[in-house]
Amino acid sequence: MRVNLTVNGEQRQADDVWEGESLLYVLRERLGLPGSKNACEQGECGSCTVYLDDVPVCACLVAAGQAQDREVRTVEGLAEGDRLDPVQEAFVEAGAVQCGFCTPGLVVAAHDLLERVPQPSDPEIREALAGNLCRCTGYEKILDAVRLAAARR
Amino acid sequence: MTLTPAELTSAVSGGIGTSPQRPDGNLKVRGEFAYASDLWHEDMIWGATLRSPHPYARITSVDITEALKVPGVYAVLTHLDVPGRNLYGLEHKDQPVLAVDVVRYQGEPIALVGADHPETARRAMKKIVVTYDVLEPVVDMETAVDDTPLHPGGNLVRHVPIRRGSRDVTADVVVTGRYEVGMQDQAFLGPESGLAVPAGDGSVDLYIATQWLHVDRSQVAAALGLPEEKVRLTLSGVGGAFGGREDLSMQVHACLLALHTGKPVKMVYNREESFYGHVHRHPAVLYYEHGADHTGKLVYVRTKMYLDGGAYASSTPAVVANAATLGVGPYEVDNVTVDAYGVYTNNPPCGAMRGFGAVQAGFAYESQMDKLAEALGMSPVDVRVRNAMTEGSVMPTGQVVDSAAPVAQLLKLVQDKPLPAGTSTDIRELPGGVSNTTHGEGVVRGVGYAVGIKNICFSEGYDDYSTARVRVSMVNGELAAAVHTAACEVGQGLVTIMQQIVRTELGIERVTVLPMDTTIGNGGSTSASRQTYVTGGAVKAACALVREKLAGRTDIGDEVIDETTEWRHRATEAIDPETGQGNAHVQYGFAAHRAVVDVDVELGLVRVVALDCAQDVGRALNPQAVVGQIQGGSAQGLGLAVMEEIQTSGGKVRNPSFTDYLIPTVLDMPPMSIDVLELADPHAPYGIRGVGEPPTISSTPAIVAAIRAATGLALTRVPVRPEHLTGT
Repeated sequence: MRVNLTVNGEQRQADDVWEGESLLYVLRERLGLPGSKNACEQGECGSCTVYLDDVPVCACLVAAGQAQDREVRTVEGLAEGDRLDPVQEAFVEAGAVQCGFCTPGLVVAAHDLLERVPQPSDPEIREALAGNLCRCTGYEKILDAVRLAAARR
Repeated sequence: MTLTPAELTSAVSGGIGTSPQRPDGNLKVRGEFAYASDLWHEDMIWGATLRSPHPYARITSVDITEALKVPGVYAVLTHLDVPGRNLYGLEHKDQPVLAVDVVRYQGEPIALVGADHPETARRAMKKIVVTYDVLEPVVDMETAVDDTPLHPGGNLVRHVPIRRGSRDVTADVVVTGRYEVGMQDQAFLGPESGLAVPAGDGSVDLYIATQWLHVDRSQVAAALGLPEEKVRLTLSGVGGAFGGREDLSMQVHACLLALHTGKPVKMVYNREESFYGHVHRHPAVLYYEHGADHTGKLVYVRTKMYLDGGAYASSTPAVVANAATLGVGPYEVDNVTVDAYGVYTNNPPCGAMRGFGAVQAGFAYESQMDKLAEALGMSPVDVRVRNAMTEGSVMPTGQVVDSAAPVAQLLKLVQDKPLPAGTSTDIRELPGGVSNTTHGEGVVRGVGYAVGIKNICFSEGYDDYSTARVRVSMVNGELAAAVHTAACEVGQGLVTIMQQIVRTELGIERVTVLPMDTTIGNGGSTSASRQTYVTGGAVKAACALVREKLAGRTDIGDEVIDETTEWRHRATEAIDPETGQGNAHVQYGFAAHRAVVDVDVELGLVRVVALDCAQDVGRALNPQAVVGQIQGGSAQGLGLAVMEEIQTSGGKVRNPSFTDYLIPTVLDMPPMSIDVLELADPHAPYGIRGVGEPPTISSTPAIVAAIRAATGLALTRVPVRPEHLTGT
C-alpha cells in the first residue's frame, strides 16, 4: 500500500508498504529517518517515541496505515538547523548521553513534558519519563538534563 | 548509503581532569548517530536466524526445500554451507556457527535465511522443517558434572581451587550460608545488528556493534575459511554492551549470507531474539563458612561455589577464576579454602557481564559479613572495617595489593553521608508508587552497607595490550591531531577520553577520533574496566612519540607526523592449578554502597530510597563520565537486587521480553550521591583505576542488606521477589 504523511513538516510518501509494517519501520527503513530507535518493538522501552499529531507515541505500536494524512515529528525534527533544541543541548551538557540508544526517545518525551509543564518537579519528571528505559546512566544525569532544560526556559 | 561511522571532531576543548562534552553527543541527541541497526546499503537484503525451540535435542533432519521457494528469498543456509571451522568461542572453540546434529540450548542457531524483507525472511523460516529427537536437558549446576556429558570432555568447564594458610583452624564465631544468584541479562538497548558487504574478490566488510573487533575478526575469518586480511571489520554505533557483545552473535551469519548471495546483508535481532542471541551473567549457587574471633577478626573463610555456564563455555573459565580469587572480598583473611566450579548445562550460555564473577561472590560474602556482624553483636560497618584490606594486604592468591585499597575509608564515606528524610507521605515516593497500594501503612525502612572488590584489566598471564596511532598535521594554520584505535566505544566515553589525553599530551585542541576498525592493530576488549587504562595508555604512549618529533614546533608546514605504538600493562601470572597461588591480577578496584529502602511488608514491594556510593578511581580523567559510570553500574546492581532475572524452566527461557524481564525505570531509581576518591595507582597511566565494574558489585548486597534490616528476613537469593518478603 501507499502511505502519505507529514514528517517534520514535509509531505512524505512511502510505497510498497506491507500492511503489517509499523510507523517505526516506515520511518527508519523507507523514509531514511533512523533516529527513532528499535530497542524492543513492543512499546516497553520508549526508544521510538515520536509525536503523532502533537501527542507522543511509541512508533513501534502505530501501524503505518494509521499515520495516513497525519503529522509526525521525530527526534530529527527538533533542532533548527545547527541549533539544538534546549532539551538536546541539556542532554549533551549534563552527561545524560552514554550509548545514546535511549536518547532520541527520551529527548522527545522530555520535550513533550516541558511543553506541557514548563517547570516540572522531580516526581513529575520521573512520572513523565517512566516509559523510557535507559540502561547506561541510572537516570540521574537524565534528571539533571531535564532540570537544566527547564531552568533555561 | 549509511555505512561509515562519522569521524568525531568536537568543537569543545578540555584535557584530562575536565569534563568536555562527548564528541558524538550532538549526533546522538539529533538522532543522527549511525548505530549498527541503522545501517543501510543500496540493494541490501535481510538475514534471519532459525533457532532451536528445545534446550537439548538431536537433530534428525533439516529440510529447506519449501523455504527456498518463497518469493523474495535469496538463500537458505545450514552448517553444510559453513566453509571454514564450524566452531568458535572466546576460550574454548566449542560452539557451532550453525548446529550440526545436536542442539544444546533453546535458541541455538540452526539455519539462516536471506530475503528481500524481514517479514519474507520470517515467513520462509517457518517453512524450514527440522525434526528433533528431544532429549532430557541437564539443568542443575550442582549435579551437572555427574550428569549426561554434553561435550566430549564432560560437563566441568573449570575448577579453580584456592588454598591459603591452614585448613585446621577453629574460630569463636562461625556463620554459614547458601546463597543463590539468578541469571541477569545485560539488556543493552541497541539490539545485536550488523551489515555485511561482500567485495568482488571473495572478501567481506562487516560493520558491526561489538566489544572487540580483532577477536571477532579472527573467529569470523576461521568460520569463513578466509585469511584474516579478507575480513575487514568497522565498528558501527553500539547501543550499550556490558559484556553481552564479547561473544559472536550474528557476525559470521551475516558474512555467510553476504558471500553466498553476493549482496549486502543486514541482520537486526528483535528484543526476544536478543535474549537468545547473547550470553548472560552466570547464575550461581554459593556455600560459605566464615569463622571469626570474638573481636570480629576473620580467622578463616571456606567456600564452594557453582557457576552455571550453560551450553557453551564462552568466558566461563575467566569468570570462575574471578569468583574464586575475589571470593573473600576486600578483607584480610589468613586461612582461605575456595573451590569454584564452572559447568556446562543446557541452560542459556553464560559469559561476560559487568562485574564478571565478582558480582556473584560479592552478594554471598557480603551477606555473610552481615550475618557475622549479627552473630557478634557488631554493626555491619564495624565488622567490615575490622577486616578491611589496605595497601600491602595479601590476597587469597598470595598476591600483595600494591596500590591504594581504601576499603575502610570508602565505608566511612558512605556511612557519614546524610540519611534521607523519613518515609514519604507522597504516594509517588512510596513502594508501589501511583499504583496507590499504600499510604505508608505496612511500610518499614532499612539501611544496608556493602563493599566490593574487582580486578581491573585482563588477568592470569594474558598478553593484554592496545594499539594507538596518533597523526599530527597542520589544519587551517594550526596543529591538528587524529587518533586511531580499534578499541570499541560502546557508550562509556572512550572517544572523549582519547581526545582529552591527546590535548593534554600534545597541547593540541583540535582532535579528531577516527572510526575504529581492523586496519590498525588490536585494541583489546572493551571489558574488565580496561579501556581507559590500556587504550588510554597506548594513546598516551603514541603521543610521546609524536611529541618527540614535534620537538616543540607549532608549525610543521606540510609535514605529517604519524606514530603508531602498542602499549601493555605490567605482566600478570597464571595461578597454580592446585593452590590458586599467583600474581593473577594487574589492579584492584573498590567501591562501597549504602542503601536505604522502604519495604511494604504486606505486598512485598520494595522502594530503594537512596543508593549512595563511594569509589576510588585513582584519578578521574573525566569526572562527569566517572560519576555516570558509577551511577549506571549501581543501577544494574539494583536491578539484580530486586528485579532482574532470566527465569528458566527445564532450560527454557520464560521471560524473553521487556514486558517480563524488568530493568529499572526512572521510577525505580533513587537519587544517588557519589563520592569519588582519587588515590593514584603508580603503576597505571595517570594513576587511573578502572571504574565501570566495582559499583555493580557492592550495589546489590547493600540493597539486600537494607531489605533484611527492614524485614528481619534471611533473604539468601537475588533478585528478591515479592513472595520472598511476604512468604506467600
